[in-house]
Amino acid sequence: MSKIHVTTTVNGDATEFLCDPRETLLDVLRDRLSLTGAKEGCGTGDCGACSVTVDGRLISSCLMLAAEAEGKEIGTVEGIATGEELHPLQRKFIEHAALQCGVCTPGILVAVKNLLERDPDPTEQQVRYWLAGNLCRCTGYDKIIRAVMDAAAEMRGAA
Amino acid sequence: MALDEYTEQTGGPADEIRSEFTKVGTSPDRPDGIDKVTGRARFGADAYAPGMLHGVIVRSPHAHARIVSIDTSRAEAAPGVKAVVTRADFADGQSGEDWAVMENVMAGDTALYDGHAVAALAATSLLEARDAARLIEVEYQILPHVTDVDEAMKDGAPVIREGAADNSVPAGMHPNVVRYHSSGHGDVDQGFAEADLVIEDHFVTAATHQGYIEPHACLATMGGDGRAELWCCTQGHWNVQKLCAATVGIEQSKLRVTASEIGGGFGGKTTVFVEPVALALSRKANKPVKVVMTRSEVFRASGPTASTSMDVKIGMKKDGTMTAARGVFRCQGGAFPGAPMEFTSMCAFAPYALKHVSQIGYDVMTNRPKQAAYRAPGSPMAAFAVESVVDELCNKLGLDPIEVRLKNASRMGTKASFGPTWDRIGLVETLEEAKAHPHFSAPLAPGAGRGISCGFWFNHGGETSVTMAMSEDGSAQLMVGTPDIGGSRASMALMAAEELGIPYENVRVTVADTASLGYNEVSHGSRVTYASGLATIQAARDTVRKLCARAAAKWGIDEDAVTWQDGCAVPSGPNAGDFDPLPIDRICRVMGRTGGPIVGHYEATPEGAGVSFATHIVDAEVDRETGATKVTRYTVVQDAGKAIHPTYVEGQFQGGAAQGIGWALNEEYVYGPDGRLQNAGFLDYRIPVASDLPMIDTVIVEVPNPGHPYGVRGVGETSICPPLAAIANAVSNAAGVRMRQLPMRPSRVLEALEDQD
Repeated sequence: MSKIHVTTTVNGDATEFLCDPRETLLDVLRDRLSLTGAKEGCGTGDCGACSVTVDGRLISSCLMLAAEAEGKEIGTVEGIATGEELHPLQRKFIEHAALQCGVCTPGILVAVKNLLERDPDPTEQQVRYWLAGNLCRCTGYDKIIRAVMDAAAEMRGAA
Repeated sequence: MALDEYTEQTGGPADEIRSEFTKVGTSPDRPDGIDKVTGRARFGADAYAPGMLHGVIVRSPHAHARIVSIDTSRAEAAPGVKAVVTRADFADGQSGEDWAVMENVMAGDTALYDGHAVAALAATSLLEARDAARLIEVEYQILPHVTDVDEAMKDGAPVIREGAADNSVPAGMHPNVVRYHSSGHGDVDQGFAEADLVIEDHFVTAATHQGYIEPHACLATMGGDGRAELWCCTQGHWNVQKLCAATVGIEQSKLRVTASEIGGGFGGKTTVFVEPVALALSRKANKPVKVVMTRSEVFRASGPTASTSMDVKIGMKKDGTMTAARGVFRCQGGAFPGAPMEFTSMCAFAPYALKHVSQIGYDVMTNRPKQAAYRAPGSPMAAFAVESVVDELCNKLGLDPIEVRLKNASRMGTKASFGPTWDRIGLVETLEEAKAHPHFSAPLAPGAGRGISCGFWFNHGGETSVTMAMSEDGSAQLMVGTPDIGGSRASMALMAAEELGIPYENVRVTVADTASLGYNEVSHGSRVTYASGLATIQAARDTVRKLCARAAAKWGIDEDAVTWQDGCAVPSGPNAGDFDPLPIDRICRVMGRTGGPIVGHYEATPEGAGVSFATHIVDAEVDRETGATKVTRYTVVQDAGKAIHPTYVEGQFQGGAAQGIGWALNEEYVYGPDGRLQNAGFLDYRIPVASDLPMIDTVIVEVPNPGHPYGVRGVGETSICPPLAAIANAVSNAAGVRMRQLPMRPSRVLEALEDQD
C-alpha cells in the first residue's frame, strides 16, 4: 500500500513524514518521529496516556489517523518545557511526588496544561473531571490534584 | 513475593536502630523526576534497534481446547514475515515452575484459557505482522471448560490437568484442587461455645487485574550462538533472565537483561509472558524483535489475581472479646497451581490475638489465565471476609469497632494466628491513631455509612546485592538491582547520602543490568526500601571503612582509630592523634595512588523484614435509586517503621487505597458462558478515575522494625489489605444491609436493597 505524505508542525517545528494510511498519529509520533513521550496504554482512547494537542484541542493520539495531521499543529509532552526551564506543572509534579511509575505522567501533563490554558483557576472538581480520561494506577490522584492546583495558583501569581 | 518464598521473618542485625537523621525523613525531588515529566524516560516500549522486527502473538479464542494442528505456511509466505514460532521452537524438559511458565508462555497440546498463546510471528512492520497473524490456521478440538472456583471443585467439573495436585491435598478432592493449607491453634469448637454471639457468613470476591498503565513490552536480540540481550519492563530482571534461559534453552549468563523504566507492576510484572517469545523469534529471524502487548492481551493473557469463595465464622463475648475464629478460603488461580491461598489463610486473622483459630485454604485450577501476584497477594480478600464479620458482630453487640479491635489486637509477644510469636509490631498504634483522628469522630451525613478495617502483610527480604563506587570528586555511584517502581531511587540516595555524609544530589542511583551486579530478587514483597535499603546502608558502611583506612594510612595510625563524621574521616579521640578532618573528596581524589578505586558492596538475603499493619477509615454514600456508591472520605493509618521519603510513603498508602476502592466497587473479570473474557479493555474493566475519588488522607505511624538499621518496614502492599473490607463495611452500614460479594457494583447494591425491602 502506498504511503501518504503529511506536512505538519510538531512542538513548533515544521515536520514532514510518510505514513501508512492505517497508522495512527501515536504510531507516527513514536515510531517515525522518535517522540516516545506519548505512551500507548490501551489503543482504544480509554487511558489518556497518549494525550496530545491538535490545533490546541486535547485528543487521544491513538484514535487519530496520522494522515489527518496534514496542516495541523501538534503539541506533545516534549514541547512543554522551554529549553532547560521546566513548565510550572512539571516542576510541581516533581515537588508534590505526583508521579510514582511516571508512565501516565506525559499524558496527564499535556491534559492539565490544556485545561489551565482554558481556565487558569479551576476548582478541584473541575480538575478531577477534566482528568477523568487520564488513568493513573499508582497515586490515587491525590498528589496529582494538589500539584495541578499549586501550579495553577503559581501561574496566576497567587502563590 | 512468590508463594514458595515465604519464610518466617525473624531477627535482624545486632546493631542499634539509628534514630537521628539529617537527610532521611525529608522529601527531596526524585533523581529521575525530570526524565519522567519531560517524556525522556524510556519505558518498555520505548526501545528501538536497527533492523528491528515487530512480533505478534496468536492466541486461543477458546477457554479449553486441544490443539489439533497449526498451519503456518500462508503466514510464512506473507509480505515482510521473517519468522514464525510455535511451541516446537522452545526448549523442552522443564520442571516445576519453569514448566508452568513455559506452558503458559506458549501452549503445548492444549489451550487452557481464552487468550492462551499458541503461535507467534515477526515481520518488518507491526501492520504486516498483524495481517500475517490472521493467516495462521489453528485447528482446535473444543473441550468442556470451567471458570468459577466453586464449580471447579464440584464432582463432574471438567478437569484442567490430571495429576496437577501435590501431596498436601486430602484424598477425595476434585483433581482441580491442587494445593491445600491448614494452620491454627487451640480448639475452635470450645472457643465458639464460650461466645455470646457467633456469626458465620459466606463471601465472594471477583478476580481483578493489577491494571498497570504500561502493557508488557520488550526488545530481544539473539544470535545463532545463543548470546542474547533483552530490554523489558519488569519488576525483576534476574528472574526474567532465569525464566527466559529455561524456556529458550540457553545458559543464564548468555542472556543480559536490562530493566527499562517500569510503568507500574503491582506484582503483575514479576514473571514473563512475551519475553521468551521475542527471544525465540529473534533467534529464528536473526534480527532484533520487539513485542508489545495490546491492552486486550494484558487482560486476557497476563496474570490477574485470584477470585475467591470464603466462609468465615467468629465468636465474640458481649464485652467484645473474640473467643474463636475459623476461615475456609477457596482461591482460583487460573490454569496452573499458584493461587495465594496460604497467604489468604495466614493473613486472615493476623490482626487478632486468638486462643482458638483455624484456617484452611484451597488452591483451585480453572480455565482462566495463570494468576500472578497482586499487591499483598491473597490478603485483601481475607480481610474483606474477616473484617466484615467483625463489623457485623460489633453492630449486633452495640460495640465500638475500634475498641473491639484494640481489645483483641495482636501485639508484641502474642501468638500469631499462623504460628510465630509477634516481635515489635504497630497494629495498636495504628488503631490509637485512627481513634484520635478527626475523621473517626466527624459526624456522618444522613444516609452515609462509615467503615473500619485493619489489614496485615508479611513483607519480605530476599536476595539482594548492591555496589557503591566512589568517584574522584567524592560523589557516589550506587548500583542496585531492584527496578524503581515508585520512587525508590530517591530512598536509596537518601540512605546512601545519610551514611556517607554527602549531599543527596551527589549520589547517582542506577538500576544495574543482570551482567553488572550480583543476583537480585524481584521488586516485590514490599522489599525494596527494606532490603535494597539495608544493602545500600551496609555497602555505604563498607565504603566508609575503606575511606577511613585511607585516612589512617595517611596519618599513620590504626584503622580503628579513625571514625567517620559528616563526610570526613576524623581521629576517633584525643589519643588517636591530632589531625584535621579529612573530607571525602580529598580522600577520593588521590585514591588511584593510595590503594586504588574505592568500592563498597553488600550481598545478603536479609530476613528481618518487619511485618506491617494498617487501619483504614472510610465514609461512603449509597444512592438508593441507582445503587451507586460514592466514597466521600478516606483515611489511611499505617505503620511504616521509618519513612525514608515520607511523601512517597504517603503515595504508597494512597495508591493502595485507590486500587482497593476499584476492587471493592467496580473491577471484575467477567466471563461468559463460553468461557471467554467479556471485558478485556479499560472501558469495560473500569479502574477508578480522578472524578471517582476523594482526597486520601494519610497518617504515617513509625514503630521501628528491629530487622533494619533505620527501622524500615515495607509500605507498598499493606495499604491494599484493609480497603475492600473498610468500604464494604461503610456501604453495608450506609445501606443497612450486609454486602457479601465484590465488586459492590450498582446492580448488586440495588439487588441487596430490594431483597431488604
